[in-house]
Amino acid sequence: MTTVAAKPATKPATMAQALGRALRDSMAEDPSVHVLGEDVGALGGVFRVTDGLAREFGEDRCTDTPLAEAGILGTAVGMAMYGLRPVVEMQFDAFAYPAFEQLISHVARMRNRTKGAMPMPITVRVPYGGGIGGVEHHSDSSEAYYMATPGLHVVTPATVADAYGLLRASIASDDPVVFLEPKRLYWSKADWNPDAPQSVEPIGRAVVRRSGRSATLITYGPSVPVCLEAAAAPAPRAGTSKWSTCARWCLSTTRRSPRPYDARGVRSSCTSRVASGARAER
Amino acid sequence: MTVMEQRGAYRPAPPPAWQPRTDPAPLLPDAEPYRVLGTETAGKADPGLLRRLYAELVRGRRYNTQATALTKQGRLAVYPSSTGQEACEVAAALALKERDWLFPSYRDTLAVVARGLDPVSALTLLRGDWHTGYDPREHRIAPLCTPLATQLPHAVGLAHAARLKGDDVVALAMVGDGGTSEGDFHEALNFAAVWQAPVVFLVQNNGFAISVPLAKQTAAPSLAHKAVGYGMPGRLVDGNDAVAMHEVLSEAVARAREGGGPTLVEAVTYRMEAHTNADDATRYRPDAEVDAWRDHDPILLLERELTERGLLDDDIRRQAAEDAETMAADLRERMNQDPLLDPMDLFTHVYTEQTSQLREQAAQLRAELEVASEEADASEGRTR
Repeated sequence: MTTVAAKPATKPATMAQALGRALRDSMAEDPSVHVLGEDVGALGGVFRVTDGLAREFGEDRCTDTPLAEAGILGTAVGMAMYGLRPVVEMQFDAFAYPAFEQLISHVARMRNRTKGAMPMPITVRVPYGGGIGGVEHHSDSSEAYYMATPGLHVVTPATVADAYGLLRASIASDDPVVFLEPKRLYWSKADWNPDAPQSVEPIGRAVVRRSGRSATLITYGPSVPVCLEAAAAPAPRAGTSKWSTCARWCLSTTRRSPRPYDARGVRSSCTSRVASGARAER
Repeated sequence: MTVMEQRGAYRPAPPPAWQPRTDPAPLLPDAEPYRVLGTETAGKADPGLLRRLYAELVRGRRYNTQATALTKQGRLAVYPSSTGQEACEVAAALALKERDWLFPSYRDTLAVVARGLDPVSALTLLRGDWHTGYDPREHRIAPLCTPLATQLPHAVGLAHAARLKGDDVVALAMVGDGGTSEGDFHEALNFAAVWQAPVVFLVQNNGFAISVPLAKQTAAPSLAHKAVGYGMPGRLVDGNDAVAMHEVLSEAVARAREGGGPTLVEAVTYRMEAHTNADDATRYRPDAEVDAWRDHDPILLLERELTERGLLDDDIRRQAAEDAETMAADLRERMNQDPLLDPMDLFTHVYTEQTSQLREQAAQLRAELEVASEEADASEGRTR
C-alpha cells in the first residue's frame, strides 16, 4: 500500500489525455504493443483516448478493426500467442459483452490452461459507468462480471495520475487486465506533468487518499471522488442516521484494483469503523 | 507502406459509380466436391505421397479405435472420434510446414498426432487431467479448443501478427459444420479477409452437429459458398479423398504464404461414429445411411488407387498395420498408467504472480491433504 503525496503542480491535464499518453509511451517503449478497436485510428476513439497514435505509429500498430468485439478480442488472443502485447478498446461498457466468451473462456484461462507456457498480456480497455447522462448500454457498471473470473486483473483509475500509472502497469503486465475507464472522470482535470510521468507501480495495491482515525471508507474508481466528498462533509449528528456512531468521516482507503483485492493493504489502513461502497450492480 | 495500407483505401462512391468491389466469380467453389482418387488425374499423384498418406490413414484409424476403447476402460473421460474423417485430419497436418501453426478443435487430436505430437500429450485434455498437455509454442499447435469456432479468430490474430513481423508463417484452423453457425466463425473469416491474413479455414462437414443435420444448420448452397460473402475463395473438396484434400490444402497454404490471403475449404465427409462415446447416434440417423458411407471410406478409396497402380503389396499393408499396432500398444500401455498430478497446480498458473487469495487457498488445501493423508496412514495401521 502506498500513500500518494501531492506532486508539484504543473499544468491541468484530463484523465483521457493521461490515458492517451500512457498508450503512447507504452507503444514507444515496446514495439510489441499494438492498439486495436473500433474507430481508434483516424478518429482517435469516440473518447479521443487514442488520438494521434495511428499517425505516430502507423495503422499496423493502431488498427481500426471491423465492428465485432469478439473478433477484436479473439484476434488479440492470437496476436498475444505470437508474442505481441495487444491493447484492445471496447467502445462502450455494454458493447464489450459480445467479447465476453473470448475473455472468460480464453483470455482469462490461457495461462492456466497451458501451465504458464502461453501467457496473455492483453489489456482490455472499457469506458464504463454512468453519471454522464448516457443512454442505455452506455452507462453500465460491469465490473462484477469480470471480478468473478479468475485469471483477470480488473482495475479502474480514480485520478489523472492513477490513469497513467495504472494503464502503463496494465500494459506491462503479463496477465490480462480489464481496464475500466470511468466515463464520468474522462474530463476530470488535475495538475499533472506529462513530461515527467510518475513511476509505474505494480497493479493491485490499495492507496490511502485521505488520512484519519475514526472511520474508513473503502471504494474504487469513479466512486472515489464521491467518497472523498462524503469524507470531507460535516459529520452527521448522533442519533440522526445509521452512521450516528461515527464522530467523523475521515479516512478513505481506495482500492484501485477491484481484483485482485489488496486485503493486507486495506486491512492495515482500517479504523474501527469501516464502510465500503461503489456505484455498481450487486 | 503498412500492411493496412496495402489493402487500399475504400471510400463510398456516389450511386452511379457503384460496382462490386471484387469480382465474385473467381471466389466461387466448384459445383461438385473436388476429387482426385478414381479420376484421370489420380495417375499423376506422386507414389511417395500416396504411400505416406496410406500409412498415416491406417495409423490414424487405429488411433481412433484405440482412443475410443480407452473411454470404455475409463482411461479417457471422453473421445470425439474422427473415424471416417482421417483424410481431413492427416491432410491438415501434412499441408503445413514446421514453422506454421495448427488450430485444432476437440475432434482434431488426430491432426495433432499426425503433426508429430505424442498421442498421450494430445489426449491430456480428453483424459481430464489438465487442459493442455503440451507447450503450444514449442509445437506450434494451439490448445485443442472446446468452445465452438472460438479458436478461429485466434488463428487470424496469430497469422496477422506473424505477417506484421515479416515472418513466413501460415495458420490452419479446423472447425466442424456446426461451428460455421457460430458468430466467431463469421467474425474470424471477416477479419481474415479484411486483413488478408495468411490463414486457411478447414471446415469438416461431417453431416452432423451432435444430432443436428446440416439442413437444420444452414440454407447456404454449400458451406464453401460462405467464403464469397467475405471476399475470399471457397473450395469444395471430397473430404474422404486424401489426395484431393492434401492438394487443395497445400494450395491454400501456399497461396496464404505468398500473400494471397485466406481460403475457406469445405471438406465433405461423414462422422462414422457417434459424436462422442457418450452419444447415441441411433436416435437421429439410420444405420443404412452410415453403411452407405462405408463404400466411400478414405482408406478404401486410397487402397483402390494404390492397388490399381501396383503400389500396394502385402508387405506395405503389413508394415502399415504393424506400425499402427505398435503405436496403439504404446498408447494403451502409457494411458493405463496413473499420471502423477499435483493438486497445487490448481493455484500455480492462474496469474504470473500468485495472489494472496490463491496463496491462502493453496495453503488450506495443502493442510487438508496432509490431514487426509495422516488419517489414511492411521487407518492403514489399524487394518494391519
